[in-house]
Amino acid sequence: MQLTLEFGGGLELLCESKKIHSVNVEPQNGAAKLNMKDLLLWVHTNLIKERPEMFMKGDTVRPGVLVLVNDCDWELSGQLETSLEEKDVVVFISTLHGG
Amino acid sequence: MEFNRGDSEASRILRDIQALKDTKSGIEHKLSVLEARLQEINLQDDAVSNGSSAPSSTVDSGFGNGLTPDMIYRYSRHLLLPSFGVEGQANLLKSSILVVGAGGLGSPALLYLAACGVGRLGIVDHDLVELNNMHRQIIHTEAYIGQSKVESAAASCRSINSTIQIVEHKEALRTSNALEILSKYDIVVDATDNAPSRYMISDCCVVLGKPLVSGAALGLEGQLTVYNYNGGPCYRCLFPTPPPTSACQRCADSGVLGVVPGIIGCLQALEAIKIASKIGEPLSGRMLIFDALSARIRTVKIRGKSVQCEVCGDHATFDQEQFLEFDYEKFTQSPLSASPLKLNLLPSDSRISSKEYNERIINGEAHVLVDVRPAHHYKIVSLPKSLNIPLSTLEGRLPEVSSALKEEEELNGIVSDSTAQLYVICRRGNDSQRAVQYLHKMGFTFSKDIIGGLESWANNVDRNFPTY
Ligand SMILES: [Zn+2]
Repeated sequence: MQLTLEFGGGLELLCESKKIHSVNVEPQNGAAKLNMKDLLLWVHTNLIKERPEMFMKGDTVRPGVLVLVNDCDWELSGQLETSLEEKDVVVFISTLHGG
Repeated sequence: MEFNRGDSEASRILRDIQALKDTKSGIEHKLSVLEARLQEINLQDDAVSNGSSAPSSTVDSGFGNGLTPDMIYRYSRHLLLPSFGVEGQANLLKSSILVVGAGGLGSPALLYLAACGVGRLGIVDHDLVELNNMHRQIIHTEAYIGQSKVESAAASCRSINSTIQIVEHKEALRTSNALEILSKYDIVVDATDNAPSRYMISDCCVVLGKPLVSGAALGLEGQLTVYNYNGGPCYRCLFPTPPPTSACQRCADSGVLGVVPGIIGCLQALEAIKIASKIGEPLSGRMLIFDALSARIRTVKIRGKSVQCEVCGDHATFDQEQFLEFDYEKFTQSPLSASPLKLNLLPSDSRISSKEYNERIINGEAHVLVDVRPAHHYKIVSLPKSLNIPLSTLEGRLPEVSSALKEEEELNGIVSDSTAQLYVICRRGNDSQRAVQYLHKMGFTFSKDIIGGLESWANNVDRNFPTY
């Protein structure tokens, strides 16, 4: 399934400073749907090139990272259980503190 | 001789500059005394006219809307807006807003809040104006370099609008003073630059029931949202666990394009004005994300108030007493002031001062100097004959260190049983220690770190060496 993944707030530095990635990810282990849990693992394996601890902690994103599925906080759609559809846009953004 | 003439002319110019500077600071002093006196008189007038926020014309115009003729003229373009109008302006004039931080975000926020006629505007900061602030902290002028940011910002605000009350809080915000300061205002604008301050200000706003307009900027990106407003989330609802310190980059390390915090600061002023004047839909439960390079602004929906939030949730017991006890620096493992980290990773015999290093150069000691800063830092300024190997690439480039040492030994005719020395430098002396720690492990046990890095070199050896 075709997805657009975006990284911001410094997370792009973990994937070769590229902010927008158009990717094809298929449902894992013969499941009918792809969920965010699968996608995180896929991103971790395929896109994160350095300091993976800056992206994930345990089986989810590290504290301070907001995940947005189609411009909506993943807390509102079921977090790791959020199931993804064709052409969804998933944004990973690190919170900023500077000023 | 040509040389002497140039010399004496330069010293004459220097004398003239100094004389003019002395005159200027005398005038500035007189100005600030007069400004302070005027402020006092205005405050007294305020008290006499029973809290009216228009000291320049304290008599009510009698037109029934509470606005004096001066106010009507000054704010006429606001009054002409059907969705803002007299009511919006009157609400603004009655409101009080506190801006925490007179830096990159606070500068434009304060200028607009002063200009638009917020009744009472508070400014908190403990810092001094520095030359490297000027590219983004546009409220300050060169004349204020070395002086308090709060004084500088207050003077700029007063020069734009002398009819509002401006309150100077020249201190760092801490748990010990935050409750007292924030309680005097209706709305709080977080324009700080570090994680512990953000948690502390949000918690304090929850405890006091104040809406919080929160902005942040770094590099070429910015973020903005309103917390603790109308049943919306607080900062902790969104970020219950603080991020690792390595994820909290500072503008002083990572850089920031000046106009980026400017844009976010303007939007913070706008959100504060909307809340104060009771117009529109404040950015609560939503977050604005700004990417300068692609010129994209996206507004996303974020979670609402979290039932489990430890500070604002349904079962939270967080109160003023707990706030006073809470250690925000320990919680986030970073200091409340954005002061740079000072590591101490090495035994003292593996470190030398910048002065000692200078003596060794003068004595012609055979050595290699490795500069472990990122390449774009190295391009700004570097010591002659240093070898740039960024810390992140050191692991793969150890052979280069070995061959540089060998070359230096051959050049100096050193025989096999002694070796050239190996020194490591960086900007402030943290990464150089990390590098030396690694080099020790990899067999370069004689490598030493230069304490305090290039900053120390500039302060203690070569005053003309640029700092950044
Ligand atoms: Zn909360």
